[in-house]
Amino acid sequence: METLWFIIVAFMLAMYVILDGFDLGAGIIHLFAARNENERRTILNAIGPVWDGNEVWLLAAGGSLYFAFPKLYASSFSGFYLPLMIVLWLLILRALGIEFRHQVQNNLWKSFWDGAFAVSSILLSIFFGAALGNVVRGVPLNKDGYFFEPLWTTFTVVPEAGILDWFTVVMGLVGFFTLTSHGANFIALKTEGELQKRSRSIAAIAWWGVLIGSVVAFISTWSIRPQVWQNYTEHMWGFVFPLLGIAGLFGMFFYNRSRQDKFAFLSSAIFICGMLASTAFGLYPNLLPASTNPEYSLTIYNTAAQEYGLTVGLTWWVIGIALVTGYFVFVYKSFRGKVVLPSEESGY
Amino acid sequence: MEDALLISRLQFAFTIMFHYIFPQLTMGLGLLIVVMKWIALRKNDERYNESARFWGKIFAINFAMGVVTGIPMEFQFGTNWAKFSTFAGGVIGQTLAMEGMFAFFLESSFLGLFIFGEKKLGPRGHFGAALAVFLGSWISGYFIVATNAWMQNPVGYAVAPDGNVHVNDFWALLLNPWLGWQYMHTMLGSVITASFVVAAVGAYYLLTNRSAEHGKLFVKTAVVAGVVSSILVAFPSGDAQVKNVYEYQPVTFAAMEGVFETKEGVELLLIGQPDMEKMKIDNPLYLPKVLSFLTHFRWESEIRGLQSFPKDQWPTNIPLLYYSYHIMVGLGTIFIAIMVSGVFLLWRGKLFTNRRLLWILMLSFPFPYIANTAGWTTAELGRQPWLVYGLMRTADGLSPTVSAGNSLFTLLGFLGLYFVIGVLFLLLVIKKINQGPA
Ligand code: HDD
Ligand code: HEM
Ligand code: HEM
Repeated sequence: METLWFIIVAFMLAMYVILDGFDLGAGIIHLFAARNENERRTILNAIGPVWDGNEVWLLAAGGSLYFAFPKLYASSFSGFYLPLMIVLWLLILRALGIEFRHQVQNNLWKSFWDGAFAVSSILLSIFFGAALGNVVRGVPLNKDGYFFEPLWTTFTVVPEAGILDWFTVVMGLVGFFTLTSHGANFIALKTEGELQKRSRSIAAIAWWGVLIGSVVAFISTWSIRPQVWQNYTEHMWGFVFPLLGIAGLFGMFFYNRSRQDKFAFLSSAIFICGMLASTAFGLYPNLLPASTNPEYSLTIYNTAAQEYGLTVGLTWWVIGIALVTGYFVFVYKSFRGKVVLPSEESGY
Repeated sequence: MEDALLISRLQFAFTIMFHYIFPQLTMGLGLLIVVMKWIALRKNDERYNESARFWGKIFAINFAMGVVTGIPMEFQFGTNWAKFSTFAGGVIGQTLAMEGMFAFFLESSFLGLFIFGEKKLGPRGHFGAALAVFLGSWISGYFIVATNAWMQNPVGYAVAPDGNVHVNDFWALLLNPWLGWQYMHTMLGSVITASFVVAAVGAYYLLTNRSAEHGKLFVKTAVVAGVVSSILVAFPSGDAQVKNVYEYQPVTFAAMEGVFETKEGVELLLIGQPDMEKMKIDNPLYLPKVLSFLTHFRWESEIRGLQSFPKDQWPTNIPLLYYSYHIMVGLGTIFIAIMVSGVFLLWRGKLFTNRRLLWILMLSFPFPYIANTAGWTTAELGRQPWLVYGLMRTADGLSPTVSAGNSLFTLLGFLGLYFVIGVLFLLLVIKKINQGPA
């Protein structure tokens, strides 16, 4: 049962990264890809009707984490206190950047929110990558299962490291490049003309960042946390996840060249999925490894809620996910195709 | 530790009060928009569609604020109240996770369709989208109130060997005897807010003689919704809440009503200042024996006073608890008076020309916000010193590793950020109102 909930939570987080990931990516490329008012509005209209629903995956994943592994939620959220609060503020800025910009027809107002949208998206993508880095590297848990990490200490990977050390910064950059190309692929898919061309070339450049970043991240994970490979050597079938990721990575390159935006976008989604699944597979059954004493690590067994709750939860989760799938199919169908700019005021 | 506790409490109180400004309008306005769309469909009256579109725009801005201020609430359970989350996550994880799955997805998916999809969906589909958004917000209210109701009156749980609690009865949690009335009362409170806001904008249009057609329609819809909700919020739901508090949290009841001594035939205090040194109410204005009657339907019945409870059970801030309760009830009485006069004038066909009442309607929209905030302050201060009533004290729920300095940093951050976005929100809403519905 714990394993099942581990998979569910990981699935919901992956959905968040894939769906809100392209909103963040659109934010990252916003200032570079879109050169005039119409192009900016096109980008915002591409994500406008869906970004909020995408962000709910973060809440729902958080909710199911809270539900299934309450002790982990408590420990990690209080331990990552400062970065989480900063993430919250950035999420606020980004949301308002999307929602407030079109409300007033004034150039300064619009430029301000364009900037807010871009900067918050860039920082968020880095923070999310770094967060993953922290989970892989491990944190200084004490024997009660709590810890507190400052934002940074010396930037080296030591037991009392901060949120940001060289390893997590590398992971942050991987996050940044991955979401950049993911978002660029999405915008290329939803637009035409100059904007589409520029998005494609941004995706092509960012691809190299993804490639180099992933290789560096792979090698450094090897040196920092060799335990991650244990699951792979014990269960060879786990290699399908990294293979899936690699396939996605090459798909991105290939379809970007051949201008098949839909497949390029799907490939980056597969890449993200594969990489997150590989990490999850390597971590299991740990949720948050301890950098102090391996015995203090938080696992799915010492943090889970009880059997009864988890079983009841499964029932409503299945109903819930069926409904959610229905809404998403319906919404994305309604807004499929290239973005058509509506008149001022009514759109973004 | 003391400082850290105080700062985390202040941060939670400030961020939740700010958050609650927005959902209370969302939930009430969601209902009124559905009503407008319904009338538009039935009567084929385009003015109602225009009204729904106009309020839809304000709804969207308000909703965005609700979303961005709601996410910090969910995070804070983990960041600031880690011990509480470890302790109670096995129970309230259920309701919080269900809120995400069943409410937030519904709301956020269909809001985009409601705002952008009117042409694509057609009139019926658009009505459906409005209905889905409304349902989403009310389901959200249900699950979050269920969470709070469990903290007020824990049910359906068992204590595990490690001392933490876990659900053992799912339906008991969702059908908590505290929950039904609390849910009805909060939802009615938000319909009141929406009615007063819609009425205020309508009155403004009528008084300034612009968009007068829509102004009439707003005022009319709002006073009808307002009179129903104002009456229902007092009776039966408010009355039932009082009885619940009396039954499950008798010491809170004594503090709320300002009853210090146990006696028979207790008076109902209308106004007066609690003096905690001398243990009495200064400058009281009261109705003799009414409190006994309201609680037990017998004029002479006995009510336990504060002094009969051990001091460590007393709510921590009795004067504030007492005031917030009396502010809520006092305002509630005034709301009934305003809305009843509104409906009376509407019936006599004089509402749209009675400038005095229009002025009152235009200016009274802040008061439902105050009443709602005061109501929650009553509920939350009344729960003190418990975080989960009878099971966990507030002081024991705090995150063990977050220092006072770090939480002060984020409290100041929230104060600054919320001030700025609050001002922007007001500017945008005023701008929309001035643009008018046409
Ligand atoms: C417009 C808003 C509004 C108005 C006019 C009233 N209330 Fe209220 N009240 C609320 C909005 C509210 C609320 C914000 O929705 C609360 C907070 C928690 C809750 O359950 O509802 C609340 C709480 C609340 C509680 C506290 C429950 C607890 O301790 O948990 C009581 C006893 C009452 N109400 C009783 C009344 C009575 C007798 C009213 C008579 C007029 C009244 N309320 C008017
Ligand atoms: C329904 C969902 C709610 C839940 C689950 C909830 C939960 C909590 C928690 C965990 C705390 C901090 C611990 C404590 O001080 O007791 C708190 C405090 C507080 N909450 Fe709520 N709350 C809810 C709704 C609200 C609303 C809507 C308001 C006001 C508009 C509110 C007002 C307060 C206040 C004023 C405090 C500070 C009380 C004190 O520390 O003395 N709450 N609440
Ligand atoms: C501590 C308690 C609370 C938490 C953790 C919380 C959490 C949240 C979150 C995460 C959102 C954003 C949802 C989205 O992205 O769509 C939200 C919005 C919302 N919340 Fe809260 N909330 C709390 C208190 C309340 C209360 C007391 C109510 C009403 C009774 C309420 C009703 C709503 C509604 C209707 C929305 C939709 C957005 C809006 O209406 O503005 N919440 N809340």
